Amino acid sequence: MGLATFLIQCLNSLQYGLLLFLVASGLTLIFGIMGVINLAHGSFYMIGAYMAFALSPIVASTFGGSFFTVLTVGLVLAVLLGYVLEWAFYSYLYEREHLQQVLMTYGLILVFEELRSLLVGDDVHGVKVPDLLAGLLPLGELMTYPVYRLFISAVCIALALGMLFVFTRTRLGMMIRAGSTGTAQREMVQSLGIDIKFLYRVVFAAGVAIAALAGMVAAPVSSVYPGMGSSVLIICFVVVVIGGIGSIRGALVAALLIGFVDTFGKVLMPQVAGVLVYVLMALILLWKPDGLFKAG
Amino acid sequence: MNLLRPNAPATAFAAAMAALAIAATPAAFAQSAPKLKVGLMLPATGTFAALGTAIENGFKLYVSEQGGKLSGREIEFVKVDDESEPSKATDNINKLIKRDNVDVVIGSVHSGVAMAMAKVAKDTGTLLIVPNAGADAVTGAMCAPNIFRSSFSNWQPGYAMGEVMAKKGIKTAVSITWKYAAGDESVKGFKDGFEKGGGKVVKELSLPFPGVEFQALLTEIAATKPDAVYTFFAGGGAVKFVKDYAAAGLKKTIPLYGAGFLTDGTLEAQGADADGILTALHYGDSLTVPRDASFRLSYAKTYKLQPDVYAVQGYDAAQMLAVGLAAVKGDLSKKAEFAAAVEKTKIDSPRGPFMVSKAHNPVQDFYLRQVVGKENKVIGIASKALADPSRGCKA
Amino acid sequence: MKLTLSSKAIFVLAAFGVLAAYPLFAGKFGIDLVNKIMVFAVFALSLELLVGGTGLVCFGQAAFFGIGAYATVLLSAQADAPSVGWLLPAATGAAALYALGVGALSLRTKGVYFIMVTLAFAQMAYYVVHDTPLGGGTDGIYLTAKPVLGAFIDLNKPLVLYAFTLATLAAVFVFLAVLSRSRFGRALAGIRVNEQRMRATGFSTYPYKLAAFTVSGGIAGIAGFLFAVKDGFVNPELMSWHFSGSVLIMIILGGIGHLRGALVGAFAFALLQELFQSEALFGSFAKHWQLGLGLAIIASVALLPRGLVGLPAQWKERLVGRASRRAETAEVNP
Repeated sequence: MGLATFLIQCLNSLQYGLLLFLVASGLTLIFGIMGVINLAHGSFYMIGAYMAFALSPIVASTFGGSFFTVLTVGLVLAVLLGYVLEWAFYSYLYEREHLQQVLMTYGLILVFEELRSLLVGDDVHGVKVPDLLAGLLPLGELMTYPVYRLFISAVCIALALGMLFVFTRTRLGMMIRAGSTGTAQREMVQSLGIDIKFLYRVVFAAGVAIAALAGMVAAPVSSVYPGMGSSVLIICFVVVVIGGIGSIRGALVAALLIGFVDTFGKVLMPQVAGVLVYVLMALILLWKPDGLFKAG
Repeated sequence: MNLLRPNAPATAFAAAMAALAIAATPAAFAQSAPKLKVGLMLPATGTFAALGTAIENGFKLYVSEQGGKLSGREIEFVKVDDESEPSKATDNINKLIKRDNVDVVIGSVHSGVAMAMAKVAKDTGTLLIVPNAGADAVTGAMCAPNIFRSSFSNWQPGYAMGEVMAKKGIKTAVSITWKYAAGDESVKGFKDGFEKGGGKVVKELSLPFPGVEFQALLTEIAATKPDAVYTFFAGGGAVKFVKDYAAAGLKKTIPLYGAGFLTDGTLEAQGADADGILTALHYGDSLTVPRDASFRLSYAKTYKLQPDVYAVQGYDAAQMLAVGLAAVKGDLSKKAEFAAAVEKTKIDSPRGPFMVSKAHNPVQDFYLRQVVGKENKVIGIASKALADPSRGCKA
Repeated sequence: MKLTLSSKAIFVLAAFGVLAAYPLFAGKFGIDLVNKIMVFAVFALSLELLVGGTGLVCFGQAAFFGIGAYATVLLSAQADAPSVGWLLPAATGAAALYALGVGALSLRTKGVYFIMVTLAFAQMAYYVVHDTPLGGGTDGIYLTAKPVLGAFIDLNKPLVLYAFTLATLAAVFVFLAVLSRSRFGRALAGIRVNEQRMRATGFSTYPYKLAAFTVSGGIAGIAGFLFAVKDGFVNPELMSWHFSGSVLIMIILGGIGHLRGALVGAFAFALLQELFQSEALFGSFAKHWQLGLGLAIIASVALLPRGLVGLPAQWKERLVGRASRRAETAEVNP
């Protein structure tokens, strides 16, 4: 593999890993802070992608807007969705056992898939890359690299930095870190006057919004198709488990690790590429049964 | 809980479950009206949904041209969405054959689904006409007197394209496709034709079906620097691949060839990214076959769409059924006579007349086509009267 | 104390009686369907041993099922009409072997990590058959010749296969019932209730958990064998996590902690699917059957904490009130 190709594959790995991180961060937050295993998290990613597809004509006719307007509108809708979902459904899951959470959120996946089928249909769709970002960056003599993929990576990095800022430097972040799993801790936080219900709702809505944003941003490169939620879900769980449940830093490291292993695996050893990620997970868990990093 | 107290609710519950079980599964009813029940097992969802619709349109067009009846028997359709899922295929076709008691099954698009269907059809002796799925095994190892195909075998278009590419002087090629029966067999056919003409396939790339993340593999192609790329994709995947190929800048530097599915039914979505691509298929736009002209007119009038190869295959599946039915005068239990009739009749198809081989796969011309505007213009013949080797068929 | 058959035993015997008599008045499709459900019931029983019996939530049970199925097809490719006598134990053994390996490694983790690791190992098996030439890829492989047992049990005939499946289901049920009352079974129950306490009394829990895991995997392999023989066709989706999820739903729907819960759950789940897919009831909306199923799953987990099997008790509680609930103990019921 030449140097140019190697660098391009690194860029591919980075982009894939960062996108995974975006989706997985919501998952690890929800799990780490509220203690809920949410199998339906992949569906939020799918909802985001379908929003990017379905909203463009609507946004175009009402606001005359572009891709970025679609992103904003979609983000707002996702936050609302997250808020409502937490209030109507997820808040009842906190006290339940993991098995029940797994099954109830699994049922939710089916509901989301069919709602999507009813509202938007089952076809595979493409989303157009916005003209501003449709350029091609020449790399080496034969290949060009789509600017849009660099944009994806940039968005993910920006969000990651944003999350880091919120967690370490704001009061909200402090409250979130304080309200982590465990009834005792929860009660302690409440007794300090912090509204834990509101906090959980905010965290959940943020998790949903981030996953949806990832879906929206990824839509032009991955196509919008019915099974996309499932495929991203399992990998995200692997990311969360390797990284350590509740750890954002862990999610980032794990996502990048998987991004590289998967991309280079597909190219160098296509037959075992699929298995590699899981072998990696098994090995890491045998070395560190609680994941790489602690929560926080 | 007191173990010794008899529990009426529990026993009643068991009885209720039993009753529900019986009610939900209808016992076989007697063979009734002379209506001919045709089971359509095609994808209504997923990446091949458009193909399923086109096939159904083509089939129903022929039936309506005959006044809704074949050999005096009115046609009744029963539909099942196979979702292009091989794991559900056995259940789906069992529903058609055992629950709905269809007389003939038409399907499917996905090769894996068709293989499961062929197995059940072979075991139960039900008449099966495959209007697309090119799995070589359907008219190969799984061939049977009651299984027919109106489309192609995956090997055929690949072989034709390989021959053409070798004749053009191309020395090295990389193949890329989905990792499933259709992809593997298409590439095998391509290899056979290409290497026979002196070419060499330097790399074979693939990704799981129906994935569309081509980026890493496109990078690989660029790094390998072959003379040309041969590909097999269809439906939604074909659209994305052609666009991604152009977006990666490869269109200008490494010419792209493929089995015709790459550009059939997809040109609207692919736009300018597909211009100039050469493909091989048993159908194309701008054919000079007289039957094609009337077919295209009729199809466009009925469905307000231009037909594609899938519609033709559906149309011809209906023709094959009609030919066989006429020979047995509507009595499908005469399986041997049905098969004999179809085997010796020349089907008057919009693609040009063809006959089926002993294994019941079409022996047909493969056209070389080039994308010009929104059409796959036929510019020559890639392979004349090409027959699939039907490996493993003991017919 | 009068010696009468417990209500549970009556229920189970009645259920098997109905299943035995079913082919007399069912059509081809009905026999096919109930045969399939019985295979799933064996599969559900295997998971019940782990979840209900030992308290280990395994999210990768489908892998053992799939391995049993694939082993059946791959091993019989060499022989024409292979004998059940060696094929069934071989398939069971293959699945149990994988379960032994997975268990040995996964049982080092706990809680949600255990759930995820079992899922990971199932995914590994999935990708091996999906991506490598070993498993015939995403389209799966055929079983060309159906197995026979002796001269007269030809599993090619649907009725014979039905009877064989029913017999296997009954045998597995009895085996697990006996197991749960044995010392081994009581040890597992102890582990489920409070593993810490078990260890504190000097009990080494790991070998018991591993044994349970292996046996469970083997039984899932038996179910896989039955499936492969019935359909004659296996594909990677048999090992997908969706299937692992489905079997978890089956046992929670039926009622965890009860063997008959696995039976009831398998039937209820399959029938719910048929119900929601029925075009007679829902017309063209039937193609969105997963919506109904998803809602049913959520409702059953939320409203039926003890599953369908616990329904009679739930009704009784509602009628009689809190007093009877206090009198009940949380004992293990097979």
